[in-house]
Formats: sequence, structure tokens, C-alpha cells
Amino acid sequence: MSTGSYIKRPNRALQVYAVLFLVVLYVPVLFIPLFSFNDAVHVRFPLQGFTMRWYSELWSRQALWNSLWNSVRVGLVVAVISTILGVLTARSITRYRLKGKGALVGFIMMPLVIPGIIFGVALLVLLSRMGVPLSLWTVGLGHLIICLPFAVATLLPRFEGFDPSIEEASADLGENGWWTFWRVTFPMALPGIVASLLLSFTISFDEFIMAFFLTGTDPTLPMYIWGQLRFPKEFPSVLAMASLILFVSFVLVFIAQWVGRMGLESQEKEGLQS
Amino acid sequence: MAETSLSKSRSGQAAARASGSRLTRLLNRSETLRGYLLMAPTLLIMGIGIVVPFLILLMISLWTRQGFGFDTTLTLVNYARAWSEPIYGALLARSFWISGVATVATVALCYPMAYYVAFHVHRNKMMWLILMTLPFWTSYLLRVFAWKVILGYEGVINSGLSAAGLIEQPLAFLLYSPTAVIITLAHAWAAFAILPLYVSLEKIDKSLLEAATDLGDGPVARFFRITLPLSMPGIIAASFLIFIPTTGDYITPALLGGPDGTMIGNLIQIQFGAVNNWPMGATLSIVLMLWIAALALVFLLITRKMQERIA
Repeated sequence: MSTGSYIKRPNRALQVYAVLFLVVLYVPVLFIPLFSFNDAVHVRFPLQGFTMRWYSELWSRQALWNSLWNSVRVGLVVAVISTILGVLTARSITRYRLKGKGALVGFIMMPLVIPGIIFGVALLVLLSRMGVPLSLWTVGLGHLIICLPFAVATLLPRFEGFDPSIEEASADLGENGWWTFWRVTFPMALPGIVASLLLSFTISFDEFIMAFFLTGTDPTLPMYIWGQLRFPKEFPSVLAMASLILFVSFVLVFIAQWVGRMGLESQEKEGLQS
Repeated sequence: MAETSLSKSRSGQAAARASGSRLTRLLNRSETLRGYLLMAPTLLIMGIGIVVPFLILLMISLWTRQGFGFDTTLTLVNYARAWSEPIYGALLARSFWISGVATVATVALCYPMAYYVAFHVHRNKMMWLILMTLPFWTSYLLRVFAWKVILGYEGVINSGLSAAGLIEQPLAFLLYSPTAVIITLAHAWAAFAILPLYVSLEKIDKSLLEAATDLGDGPVARFFRITLPLSMPGIIAASFLIFIPTTGDYITPALLGGPDGTMIGNLIQIQFGAVNNWPMGATLSIVLMLWIAALALVFLLITRKMQERIA
């Protein structure tokens, strides 16, 4: 073996560790689908036998579907608004010379360094003082605050490497500011925008502590699951639903990966042809 | 009559247009103003969502509870209680201890994994990264619950051990204890360690490692003199990303902590729920925030000192 390749030498111990790590990472998560096929209301060993009952009953669980729908709605609204605000912020940070830029960015990133429970409590106090009734809108406001730093952090790198001369070229060729944005800036920032939408939606969809303080009468999915954890009546249905969500997100991630690879390959082919 | 009103409205329009164009001109002239204007909606939301609530929180923390309402005379009595009554300090200390151990454990356990993917995986790195982050797409609540199934009296570990004849009584210390909270937090937050660690390790210039070898460093010296110092930013980022949210975590101690594993988040929640003492809850939130800020500052100073010594 040449002396230069020692870094590439396979490290048996690390390989074993990596496999063990993945096993420990996955085993608790795989209990969710495992128990969704278990023929017992209470989740404990030994397993009672295989059943599809929880999946077939899923259709009649109106409260569960309502909470899922609530979470999806809040997640979509939060994802869109935080991404729009993130684009505006990332653009103003990178494009203009602003005084106190560092302080402003630090301010926007604050929710990353303060536990969510404090934001939940603070917003609850404000809303109750103002007499605003708790609803999905108040949950959305809470989620917006914790999603914004993630949106800005994902979008900033996309805008940082941005060559302003491309926009100037578009202006020189007669496009106004609006069309320059849609035809030049937006397509270039698109990967960041998609990432920001996905990240914000995922965070909002799974967020618990803000919703815990700010939910009114309509529960989000995590709030509904919380209720079922304490007073399990339909708990196996929750497991069935969670397994379905898990399965759908696995499929989506792999499709995204596959599409991304296809795009890369076709780009490479075009590159070879030209 | 009609004509005058028409001309009036026309002149009004013209005035509006003039002031509009003045605004446009001002915006065209001042780049900075345009920048601030673009950022304004975000700052407005953050103002409504952070600054105003915190001011109100601060104000309420200076009030006291009186029956079902508040006594709005400003007083520091809640802070005095938070300082003097041992329960508050004890829970705060326990929260920091549990989060600290969980953070160290998570970073230490994830480091070799991130190192493996950064240095020893040459094809399909993306697939490894996805494999490591996919479990975190499941509900946090259900992941925490899964650990209850594993650690419980009739859980996987206890039934496994008793089936193997190793124990006669189920191990009681597994569930409803600080240990259970630490194990669960370390598992639930692993992605927040793996990604920053991987990014900082991946950035390291491999030729530096070759140079160290050429100059006579063995694998251990090479790791401690090159890889570890250069991956310090990832370690710091991972520590912050895990330590801060977990100190205020509510779900994990509530589901797995039992009486000995209760943390400050649970205490804060109770003040807004069963105990119904909002001023005390506000006080505890602010105390928690100040402690986190102080600890973060100390941590940053220590790591900076360490980095200076290495460099």
C-alpha cells in the first residue's frame, strides 16, 4: 500500500461502529410501525399477533384526521410566509450595505438560542393580555417565529454567492425590477427556496411546545398525539397514522434524491454533448 | 360644479403622484433605506413575536399572584423566591446537568459517525447522510414514546434480560429517571450533532493530514493536532444546538423523567397550568434565559481559550 493512501485505508473498527450507530438510531423508530400491526390497545411486549385493524379503523378516526389537517394547514401557511420573509431578509442582507447588519441577523437568529418553552410562555402572556383568543392562527404565529431563523439560514448562502452583474444585465436588456426578480433572481434562488419551504413545514408539522401553550380548541397533530399518550383510547390508530406519515416521507426523500440524481446526470450528458 | 370637483380630484391625483414619485426618488437615492424596507416585514413579525412578548413577560414577572388575578405593584419578590427556595435552584441545576450530560454524550457518540462518513465513505455520501437523518422525520413525541417502550418495566431491555435469565426483578432505574431522560435526549437530538460535525470535518483539507504524516505524526497525534482543532466549530455549533433547546425540554422529562427526572420546563409549565401562578412562571422563564446566556458565554470563552492554546 502506498504511503499516500493511508487516509483511504478502510477502518474496520469505525465501520462496525457506524453500523451499530445506525441500528441504535433506527430500532426505536421502527417500533412505531411494528406496534401499528400489533393486535392490542396497549403498547407493550410480548406482541399479541398481526392485525390490520388499526389501519382499517383509521378512516373512521375523525378527530385524528382533523388534527392532521390542522397541522398541514398551519405548516403550509407558516412555510410560505417564513420563506417569503426569509427571501426578503436574505436579499436585503446580501444586496444592500446596512448599518447594524450583524445585530439584525443576530436578532433574527435569536430563537435558535432560546428554548421554545420561553417563547411559548411569552406569547401566551402577550395574547392573553391583549385578549386574543387562542386558535390555529396563534399557533402559526409561534411557529413562524421559530421557523424564520431556519428559513433565513437556508436562504442566506443561496443569495451570498449571487453575482449582481447578472441582474444588471437583465435590467440593461430592458426588464423592469419585477420581471428581473421572476426571471433571474427567483430561478437562481429556487433550490434555497424549496429547501426553506421543506424545512419550515417539517419544523412546524412536528412542533409541540409552542402549540402546547398556544392551541385553542383545534389541536394540531402533535397535540392530539400528546392527548392519546396520556389517555390512550385510539393510540394504535396514532401509530398507524405515524407509520403512514413515516412511509410517505421516506418515499418523498428517495424520490427527491432520485430526481436530483437524474437532473445531475442529464446535466452531465448535456455538458458532454456541448 | 362637476368640472371643479373633477379638476380637484385631478390635482389631488397629481399631488399623490408627486408625493409618490418623491418617495420613489428617495428610495432610488438611498440604497440603505431600500434594504431596511425589504427587511421590515421580518423585523415587524419578530418584534411582535419576540420583543413585545418579552417586555410583557418581564413586566408580569414583577407582579404577584392574587387569587385568580394579579397584583400589579412592581416587586422583585418572585425573583427573591426563585433565588432562595431550594426547589427552583435544584431543578435548574438538574436541568443543566441532564442537558449537559446529554449534549456531551450526543456529540461524543456522533463524532466518530460523522468522522466515518467524512473521511472513510467515498461513494454515496449523500445516501449515508440521508440514512442518518431519516429517523428524525418521525414525530418527536413518538420517538420519545418509543424509548418508554424500550426502557419500561415490561420493556424490551427488561424482558430481554429476564428472558436470558440475567435478572429476576425488572431494572427499575431504567424508566422514570434522569438516565432515561439523558438516553432519550441523546437519541432524539443526534441529527443536530451529526450534521454540523460532518460539515466541519468534511471541510478539512486532506493535504494537511498528509503534511502531518510526512512530518512524522502518528494517527493519534494527527487527530489531536489537526482534525480535532479544525472540527472545533462543528463541535461548538452542535453543543449549542443541543444544549439550549434541551434545557427547556418539556416532553421527555414529562414522559420518562418521573419525579427524579423533572426539569425546569415542567416547573414552568405547571405555573401556567395547575399551579396557575403566571408571575412565578414568567420569573422562572427569565431566570432560565439569563442562566443559559451566562453559561453560553462561559462556554464560548473556554473554547476560545482552548483554541488559542492549540494554535
